[in-house]
This record gives sequence, C-alpha cells and structure tokens, in this order.
Amino acid sequence: MSIAASASIIIVFLIFIFLLKEAIPFISNPGLNELFSSNWIPVSFQKEQFGIYPLISGSVLVTVIATVLLIPFGVIAAVYISEIALGFEKEILKPFIEILAGIPSVVIGFFGLVVLSPIIKGLFNLNTGLTALTGAVLLALMAIPTVITISEDAIRSVPKSYKEASLALGASRLQTIFRITVPAALPGIIAAIMLGMGRVIGETMVVLMVTGNAAKISWNPFDSVRTMTATIAAEMGEVAIGSTHYSALFWVGIILMIITFGLNIVAQKVLKKYQMR
Amino acid sequence: MNKLTGTIISAALIMLLFNACGKNDTKEGDETESKYITIKGSDTMVHLVSSWAEAYMKVNPKSDVSVTGGGSGTGIAALLNGTTDICMASRDIKQKELDQAKEQNIKPEEFVVARDGIAVVVNPENPVGELTIEQIGKIYTGAYTNWKQVGGPDQPIIVLSRESSSGTYVFFQEHVLKKSDYTKEAMLMPSTSAIIQSVTQDMWAIGYVGLGYALEAKGKVKMLTVKENENSSAITPSVETVQSGDYPISRPLYLYTNGSPSGEVKTMIDFCLSKEGQQIVLDNGYVPVK
Repeated sequence: MSIAASASIIIVFLIFIFLLKEAIPFISNPGLNELFSSNWIPVSFQKEQFGIYPLISGSVLVTVIATVLLIPFGVIAAVYISEIALGFEKEILKPFIEILAGIPSVVIGFFGLVVLSPIIKGLFNLNTGLTALTGAVLLALMAIPTVITISEDAIRSVPKSYKEASLALGASRLQTIFRITVPAALPGIIAAIMLGMGRVIGETMVVLMVTGNAAKISWNPFDSVRTMTATIAAEMGEVAIGSTHYSALFWVGIILMIITFGLNIVAQKVLKKYQMR
Repeated sequence: MNKLTGTIISAALIMLLFNACGKNDTKEGDETESKYITIKGSDTMVHLVSSWAEAYMKVNPKSDVSVTGGGSGTGIAALLNGTTDICMASRDIKQKELDQAKEQNIKPEEFVVARDGIAVVVNPENPVGELTIEQIGKIYTGAYTNWKQVGGPDQPIIVLSRESSSGTYVFFQEHVLKKSDYTKEAMLMPSTSAIIQSVTQDMWAIGYVGLGYALEAKGKVKMLTVKENENSSAITPSVETVQSGDYPISRPLYLYTNGSPSGEVKTMIDFCLSKEGQQIVLDNGYVPVK
C-alpha cells in the first residue's frame, strides 16, 4: 500500500530526471545563456534561436488575465451556491458546472476559434480575434469548475457556530457571508484559485488554437502570444530527436514544471499561514 | 496421484504453448504479404492520400490502408522509428534526417507522386489582388507591415503562417522568404483550416495554403495572383499553371518508403502513380506528375 501511495512521488521524480536527461545536451552545445534571449526562432536557414522569454511572457500573460477573470466568477459563484442558492437552484447549477468541467479542451478551443474570437474582435474593434485575451477567457471558463467546487467545499466546511454567532450578534446575512464565512474559508479559496491557475498554465490545446502563437514579448492582452505549452505541443512532433531544438523544448518543459512547482509551494505557504491564525 | 496430474497438466500446457507458437509462426508467414498499410505525414497530403487509399481499397477489398496527418516532419520521424510503412511529405528529406536514418539503419526511398501549388490567400474584401514574390517575402519577414506599402489601403497586415512543424512552412521560408526568418509578429496556426478560418474572419490577414485547400475554400478566401518579379506577368494559381511551371510557388509532393517497396506497399505506390491514381490527384486540386 505504501508503494501505491508513494507512486506519485516516484513518478514526479522520474519525470523530472527524464526531462533533465533530454535537456542536458543543450548546456554544452549552444550553452544555457542561449535560452535567456528574446527570440524564439527554432526553424531557420540563418541561425536557430531558442530564447524562451517570449514563451514565458506568453504563458504569464494568459495566466494572469485568466486568473483575474477566474477569481470573481469562481468565488462569487461558490458563495452563491453554498450560502444563498435554494435547494432546486443548486440542483440545476451543480450538474451544469460539472458538465462544463467535462467538455474536452479541443471542443472549447474550436468554439473559441469559430465563435469567441470573432466576438472579441468585434467587441474591441481589433484586426484579429486570435489574442491572449481570447485564450484567457476560454481558460478561465475551463478552470472555473475547479475553483467553484473546491471553494464551495471550503465555504461549507466553515463551522456553523461561526455563522450562528455572527447572526446572533445582529449581523445581516450578507455581512455574515463576507465578513465571517468567506474570510474563514479563505485558505481553501486561495488553494482553489491556485489549482485553477495550475490548470490554466498547463492547458495546451485551447491556447494552441486561439492565441495566434506569435513568439513575441508582449504584455498587451490584445496581442497574439505563444505559450510554453503550445510551443511544446506544436513543435515536438517535427523535431529531430537529440537535436538542439529538441533539448530546448525540454528546457521549456523544465521551466514550466518549475513554475507550477513554485505555484504549489506558494499555495501551501499561504494555506499554512492562514491556518496558524 | 497428485504428481501424475501435475505432469499431465504441465505436459498439456507445454503442448498448448508449442501449438500457440506454431500458430504464431504461420501468422508471421502471412504478414510478409500483410494487407495492412499505414501512411503518415504531411497535413497537406492527407486529403489526397486518403482519396488514393479509398480508391485503392475499392480495387483491393482485402487491404486496409490507414492515413494520418501530423506534418511532414512527424511522418518522416515515424518512418525513421519504423512506425509507418509509407511517409507522405510535402518537402524532401533533410540531410539531418538522412543521417538519422543511417543510424537507425533505414533507407528512405523517394517517390514524387504529385505537385502542389501554394496559394497566397487574403480576405475577399481586400482590394489587393496581386503581389510579387519579393513583396510577399517582405510581408512575411516583417519588412512590410501595412497594406499601403504594397498598394493597398492604410491597414496593418496580419501575417498568418503554418507552425514550424509543417512542410509548407519550410518550403515557403526557402522559396518565398529566400531563407530569411519569419517576422515575430507572424501568427503560427496549427492547421490549414485554421488559416482559412482566420483569413475569412480577419479582413486584413494574409496566409498561405495548399492549392487544393484554397480551391475548396473558393469564395471564402481570395487567391492572390503572383508575379515572379516586377517585370513578369501575374500568374493565377491553378492546376494548369502549376503543371506548366508558370506559377512560381509550387513544389513536389513525396511518398517515402523504407528501402525499395515490395508487396502491398509497392502495389499501393504503383497505384498512386497509375493513370487512375493521377486522375485522383487532379480531382483533389493537385497537379499530376505524369
């Protein structure tokens, strides 16, 4: 049983070792500083360049926008479902949220390409609808079920006595929700958001289809961006095994893993800090 | 008594094992003329090769041909890994890949089975109708960023390209961009249909797609007529102009096999090059080699 339980630890390590093994040749051949430039031009007759800044900026931009959209929708929906919604409302809302979670990402991507991108293009009067914003909206849509479900659990597990005490002291229902229940459930809500962000930064198909994949550094939500995941997905099929491009893609994978790892650590820290109080 | 049953059971098991082995052997014997072929590679060629496969299976009802896309590079990689019988590629095999093939002890054999023109497409409402190769190159390298620089209205150019795993990407880079790098602003689309989709939606976009796809999307996108240089006349991409060699952006399409093809693979390739096969090429909007 302990083997089963520790399997995931072993797998994480094996994956990391595998990533490193394939990435190491890059250190000696073009050198690591090759990674820290702002041009990602992996196929070139001139000089192949493997600067990962544009990919990181792309991933970060999409994730930040998605998170900004995610927080209000996810958290407010969770509060509503767990505290305010009547029984029958819950019975309608919850299955639909679960269905949303189950839609395959390629379907969401297709929807984004055909339906959402023209809407965003028209709404903001852009020349093209394939932007970081389009990707972020779809990613937020995909991560919302995660955030709602986990936040809702957190809110529901706030002891009833807290609410009763607050109501007994004369606070209104809304005051109780926003001053007592939500703050008490905050660590769980933050964990939910972090998990949602993890989903967003790791999602591939949707961003590949709708963000336009231009490898340039931009912090404009209306620009086309190329994320790390889309790069790996789009280029891994073509690349000659063992080439510089191949190991560069593994570096992108390592950095992606470090970022999600960091995100998890921060989430844990936040959780602990709040629990101490 | 117990021991006896034990012996009998093990004897039976061993016999069964032998039996199974024997059966396996005969099966392997059959496989030399196996009726199952896998073809993998260029997305540009999926349409064409699927039509070939369908027609081929009609003639040879016992055969089973499966065709998958993924890009020329993916197909060649699959050929080198031995996971496909035939690789379809819209570019010729690179030196790097040949070296790798040698390592893996695979001898890629090349067949030119059709020709393809690459059409440069814009939105039907775009007033620009013709460009020179040099102008298209400058648009894709980022030297030109506004339609007014090529005689159009004062609007930014939205540059659409295929992903770098596409054979079309490399071909276009070599023959139109004259081996320069694509502009960073270029949006890399995961598929040809994504390019058509975007050009249909975005009025100031420009993209390149295989002639077959462009002809199919007629009305949704406009094909530009292309001039070799400033002084030559503008050529409309079509089956005739590609075959005659007048249309400047065209390329051969290849099938690769491991070593000289034999058996089912050979009949399949012969079929592609037959009169019937080349008629299918024409029906698909590509250009026959014969």
